[in-house]
Amino acid sequence: MTSTAAHTSDGAQRASATSAVIRAEARLFTRELASLFWIVLFPVTLLLVLGLIPGFRDADPALGGRRVIDLYGPVVILVSMIMAGLMAMPAVVWAYRDAGILRRLRTTPVKPESLIGAQVLLHAAAVLASTLLVLIVGQLVLDTSLPQSWIGYAVAYVLVLVASFSLGSVVTALAPNARVGTTLGTIAFFASMFTAGVYYPVDGMSGTLRDTVELTPLGAATQAMNAAMVGDFPDPRHLLVVGAWALVLSLLSARFFRWE
Amino acid sequence: MTEAVVSVTGLRKAYGTTVAVADVGFDVRAGEIFGILGPNGAGKTTTVESIAGLRTPDAGTIRVHGLDPVRDRAELTRLVGVQLQESKLQPKITVAEALELWSAFYADPIPSGELASRLGLADLLQQQFRTLSGGQQQRLSIALALVGRPKVVILDELTTGLDPRARREVWGLVRDVRDTGVTVLLVTHSMEEAQALCDRVAIISGGRVRALDTPDGLVSRAASATVTSFRASTTVDLEALRKIDGVASVRTDSGVITVEGAEDSALEVLSSLAAQGVSPSKLRVVEGSLDTAYLDLTADHVLETT
Repeated sequence: MTSTAAHTSDGAQRASATSAVIRAEARLFTRELASLFWIVLFPVTLLLVLGLIPGFRDADPALGGRRVIDLYGPVVILVSMIMAGLMAMPAVVWAYRDAGILRRLRTTPVKPESLIGAQVLLHAAAVLASTLLVLIVGQLVLDTSLPQSWIGYAVAYVLVLVASFSLGSVVTALAPNARVGTTLGTIAFFASMFTAGVYYPVDGMSGTLRDTVELTPLGAATQAMNAAMVGDFPDPRHLLVVGAWALVLSLLSARFFRWE
Repeated sequence: MTEAVVSVTGLRKAYGTTVAVADVGFDVRAGEIFGILGPNGAGKTTTVESIAGLRTPDAGTIRVHGLDPVRDRAELTRLVGVQLQESKLQPKITVAEALELWSAFYADPIPSGELASRLGLADLLQQQFRTLSGGQQQRLSIALALVGRPKVVILDELTTGLDPRARREVWGLVRDVRDTGVTVLLVTHSMEEAQALCDRVAIISGGRVRALDTPDGLVSRAASATVTSFRASTTVDLEALRKIDGVASVRTDSGVITVEGAEDSALEVLSSLAAQGVSPSKLRVVEGSLDTAYLDLTADHVLETT
């Protein structure tokens, strides 16, 4: 290379390019008000609205003395994860793929992976913000507890986050176009809402239904997080289910993802 | 002696059973605008995408400043700026943000301000990509291809969908780019664009190079380099005209007789008319366009592609 600037190490150049991608995508993310609402504000709003239902705030002996609203803390956090992973992020990736942005990036020194990586990072950050909001507002307004087993909670949280984003990524990879993808994503989204226990808490389900739901990533995650909330380390069976889903789905998405 | 900056030999690429490029070869010289012209589906885009390192050829050799686009991808991306066909940006990114982002990709980028004013983007810096007109988007796209000070730029279907005024503006920009010493590889299906811009043109059809010359050279080589048209008061022996050496076609259309032929055919036509005792009126002798040359050169190969 003739230019002196080109002698600065390739690693430093790549790092500054990657951070430029993250900064640019972060600025763009702040313009996606709908995504931000559904990921960050909707879950805490949902929790507050459910808290208005009088019966939900009474201790229930059938739930081991917990209140229904206590069960909804983990549930609305899972809602923010599937909002981000199944609805918000796939739409961005399709738009980037269809517009040829990923393909064009391949002609520059920056890899398109960095753009996808930035999107994952930003959506995960939004989920984290949503989680903190739910935990803090929940405790202040509805007197829900903070996780009693932080480690158990964190393990379940990270696994189900990976599983939700990978599920969205598999949908993104398999859909031939954005229209089909949105439909598939929406179906997966409502199925996940159900298994997470949005319509009816998993702890309140019984028999085969409950056993089946606990084999799904969101159903197992709800149970694991619920256990961590009251101070138990989650049942390894639940963590194993979520972990297996996270592994399989992320491998599938890596295998089938298309850049153009 | 001008050396080849881009050299392609025996390029072949098939997608499944469809052969996109059968056998393409050419050399692009330093500092020229080299046009790749051909009908849709001729293999133009596959050819330049292989040069840009986006596709792996099935056979053949490509060198760009001595680099192999597949093997030396990382290094190639610093030398070659690419504007892809129908490539867009993030809808809500502003012009300033896009320039800043792409500047960060390269070690020694052209300062954004300088690039923006060169490409007429200075007044649009705060506008989001989705609010730009087609011509403005295309100018930004060219700016991004240039920001890393490339030695070669590839511009694919640069002016498709632009109005005539925006097209001319973009053409002016491409000439400016060439004048700064950058070699330009231009893909187009527009004859007019190739004739207006290119120093040399390769006509590709059915996955092969059918002709490679300057635009003028292609026109004069074609069977219809000269078009002679006139009206006649008396009957003309059209068969006699058809027999003249170099005449490709003779046709009559509402009293106007049009003769297409090689460069020197006009004089022969006139002497034949004189011999027949015909005095032509409204006589016009014009140069054939690249259009007719192109149709000549690509016509035979239409069947071959199917």
